[in-house]
Amino acid sequence: MVRQYETVFIMTPVLSDEQIKETVGKYQKLLQDGGAEIVDENNWGMRKLAYPIQKKTSGYYYLIEFRAEGNLIAKLETAYKRDERLLRFLTVSLDKFAIAYNEKKRAGGLKSQQKASEKRERKEVKEVKTEEVKEN
Amino acid sequence: MANDTEIKYLTPIKVESQRKKYCRFKKSGIKYIDYKDADFLLKFVNEQGKILPRRITGTSNKYQKKVAQAVKRARHLALMPYVADLLK
Repeated sequence: MVRQYETVFIMTPVLSDEQIKETVGKYQKLLQDGGAEIVDENNWGMRKLAYPIQKKTSGYYYLIEFRAEGNLIAKLETAYKRDERLLRFLTVSLDKFAIAYNEKKRAGGLKSQQKASEKRERKEVKEVKTEEVKEN
Repeated sequence: MANDTEIKYLTPIKVESQRKKYCRFKKSGIKYIDYKDADFLLKFVNEQGKILPRRITGTSNKYQKKVAQAVKRARHLALMPYVADLLK
């Protein structure tokens, strides 16, 4: 049965840009060879990890959303497990609400995103204010 | 000494009546909880990073399960900590 999936993997931060491209390309090829249709890709880039993994404090995140047969997932995950350049990976199947959510997000019409950015701005302002108080 | 128990106030003390809790997902019609949105999920954990129970957040059973699933996924991807102190 064809379903829609979403996979995120974290690469080690020691890789060069070329190596990152190569790793991403490898999985894109694996998916396409397995008959998957890639719906969306998102490069989150270098991010700080919430806790260290393999003694590393940051990682390079990459997300792929695709439609494929279920038996492709096992192949993908074995490839992930054998790859030493990856710190973590997660593959989830998407239900109809998740698909709708992702489409809305791609269109840029999510309230939570706007709110989150606003909040961050507010926080920054607050932090600046508290710093000023401390100085006084 | 009997007067100790009988304290009279000039103005009645305000006893705050508890506001009725509600499920924010049902109220605002959110159907999918994104594990990638760590800022949002932060509302459902305490400062140690533990998932808050339903009796505190007021989330309905249906969505509490989804919140828990999303938080656990976010933890796996190191978007949220498994253990922390002073998260907020």
